[in-house]
Amino acid sequence: MKLSELAVGASAVVRELPKSGTAFVRLREMGLLAGTRVSLIRLAPLGDPLEIRLRGYHLTLRKSEADHVLVDPVS
Amino acid sequence: MALPPHIAGGTGSAPSRTPVYALVGNPNCGKSTLFNALTGLKQKVGNYPGVTVEKKIGTAYSQHGQPITVIDLPGAYSLAARSPDEAVTRDVLLGRRADTPQPDRILCIVDAANLERNLYLVHQILDLGRPVILVVNMMDVAIKAGLEIRIDRLEHELGIPVIACEAVNGRGVIDLKLAMSRADLPLSRHAWDIPAPIAKAVAELQASLTASDGKPPLIARAEALLLLTDQDSVRVAGSTPLSSRTAELLRGWQQRWEGEGTDWASSLVNSRYEAIGRIASAAVTQAGAAGPTLSDKIDRFATHPVWGWLTLGVLMTLLFLSIFTLAEYPMNLIDGAVAALADGVKANMAEGDFRDLITDGAIAGVGGVIIFLPQILILFFFIGLLESTGYMARAAFIMDRLMSRVGLNGKSFIPLLSSYACAIPGIMATRTIEDQKDRLVTILIAPLMSCSARLPVYLLMIAALVPGEQVPLLTKVGIMLLMYALGTFGAFGFAWLFKRTLLKGEPPLMIMELPPYRLPGLKDVMLQMFERGWLFLRRAGTVILGISIVLWFLAAYPKAPDGATAQQQLAQSFAGRAGHLLEPAIKPLGFDWQIGIGLISSFAAREVFVSTMGVVFNAEAEGDDTAPLRQALLAAKWPDGRALFTPLVCFTLMVFYVFAMQCVSTVAIVRRETNSWKWPLFQIGYLTGTAWILSLVVYQGGRALGF
Repeated sequence: MKLSELAVGASAVVRELPKSGTAFVRLREMGLLAGTRVSLIRLAPLGDPLEIRLRGYHLTLRKSEADHVLVDPVS
Repeated sequence: MALPPHIAGGTGSAPSRTPVYALVGNPNCGKSTLFNALTGLKQKVGNYPGVTVEKKIGTAYSQHGQPITVIDLPGAYSLAARSPDEAVTRDVLLGRRADTPQPDRILCIVDAANLERNLYLVHQILDLGRPVILVVNMMDVAIKAGLEIRIDRLEHELGIPVIACEAVNGRGVIDLKLAMSRADLPLSRHAWDIPAPIAKAVAELQASLTASDGKPPLIARAEALLLLTDQDSVRVAGSTPLSSRTAELLRGWQQRWEGEGTDWASSLVNSRYEAIGRIASAAVTQAGAAGPTLSDKIDRFATHPVWGWLTLGVLMTLLFLSIFTLAEYPMNLIDGAVAALADGVKANMAEGDFRDLITDGAIAGVGGVIIFLPQILILFFFIGLLESTGYMARAAFIMDRLMSRVGLNGKSFIPLLSSYACAIPGIMATRTIEDQKDRLVTILIAPLMSCSARLPVYLLMIAALVPGEQVPLLTKVGIMLLMYALGTFGAFGFAWLFKRTLLKGEPPLMIMELPPYRLPGLKDVMLQMFERGWLFLRRAGTVILGISIVLWFLAAYPKAPDGATAQQQLAQSFAGRAGHLLEPAIKPLGFDWQIGIGLISSFAAREVFVSTMGVVFNAEAEGDDTAPLRQALLAAKWPDGRALFTPLVCFTLMVFYVFAMQCVSTVAIVRRETNSWKWPLFQIGYLTGTAWILSLVVYQGGRALGF
């Protein structure tokens, strides 16, 4: 499923990110890689951007990017 | 092949000249605090030539009292630079900037509570082959979060000195200075595996960069690795374009990988994080599952769909209240001091033009600008506070969706909001916006936010607009709100337009760290406030001094015959003539030459319009009481006997002030922040042009409707 479809509070493991694109190079460098565990903390009050937690810190990204990040939910 | 001296000496022997350390780290890891702790007030703050990135160099002293130069490089997440700030960090470390010495040694600072991601940049820096000292900052926070960090393990894994530190309270700084004083620093022995398909390309690119681009071998290797991390080789190369041979080689490899379906872009980042994961698992243990932190609890409220807006609203209201109430006292003091100074000069100098030049030109002009200094400083203080507590990122998070409607991102919000008080701190605060085009758009529209210098003009015009002695509060507030709304909608309209035409770019990203909330470092916030305030004074002060003298000259010459009143003098001066010259252009807006003088004098600062009108119509406003001036304005007539300040004209004049770019200080700051005359000139043109057209529409439309 897409990272943007994850329920608030749920955790997942990243399966795949697009190979190219400025946003995804930077997301990788920020530690969002295939195999990284993420949880969706919340959405901004107007529904976008998203706040996620990975590697012990919090990061925001817009839905338009999160739509392209595929994840496998973990319980 | 002989190695260049700075590589050959790379075993870490101390150079004989003053050693140069670069301080590098991610944003939000306490880098500035450590820099201040190391160098105290021995800092020089300026700009890197050619870009608007702050350059901070300071001097620290070793255990033996020897000076050590420390360059505080802008915060960066990666050497594959994404913003002008990161590009400067990359370029200084790679020795590409002629204006900055290449650092002999590198001080890497990381956030102990967020080790993995912070180590990514360190990992890239170890490739540079320079001696590195690692500072693990905020140990106290990590311990509170239940993390146990074993410094000795980190030292063992990386093979470099590692210092535990709490920069906020100075713990560990002495240990750090001891390490910095060491004559010999070991080079890291950390080795990591470059994935096999990439390794060959790295070797070939390194050879080519050494041979064809003249780079030292270790730098060449680091650059090769960057070229294979970022997909945009032009961006990596920056100011030093690749030789055609290297570029061709790179293209060849990329095409080959693409054909094979190799995900080359992520494999280097992957292997770095794998290596970091091994280091972290050796050095960090998580003692039990940590519950929600204080930051989590605050954010549940501060970014809540309802309470989040409330928090933002309350904070911003507080900010503006304090700007307008707190600033009043120092403003009165400054006002008094400037008047006293002018009086003192008047009493002690022989009467004459030179005396008037000093009192009415220089002192009055500069006084008119430094009167805004308290507001500007308070604003800088609040911006610093919002940054250092971490709330700035939350405001951007909340506002991003709204700002994205016009193609900007949430980071433009605070600069634009600050511009309601004064555009200068707002424009200076745009440096937190990474994307150059977004930053430029924000700068271009910032003066549309009605600043506090427009308030006196609005108030005077509202007083003249509404008949009767007392203006009803509701009318006053209503018209005022209308003006603020006009400017705000104008700003967003132009942002939308610019992002679609002139400054079209990729849709802005909102990949932003939300750092944990922290108590603000008051010392650091104050220091930054004074630095920025001083920068404003130096930059705007000189321009204002010049403009004030020119404006004084225009109003004082040629001399009227003896016995003429101030009003008659102004009428026949150059300024008066300029007003006449301007009249054909502004007559369609309902303005005569006398208003024209006011428009010209507004270039010093918009509120000068009020005092100019006082001179033109020979009625000084007494403090806040605009009643005498209001009477004089209402009595003013065109030569044919029609009233000059009809309600329609007052309204049109306000619309003109909403849009026109009349503030020289802002022009000076925009010139500095955009590093060119092109943008401030464009800004004057588009804003003043819009002001003229809209005023024309309002005035002529109003006339047609019978007002």
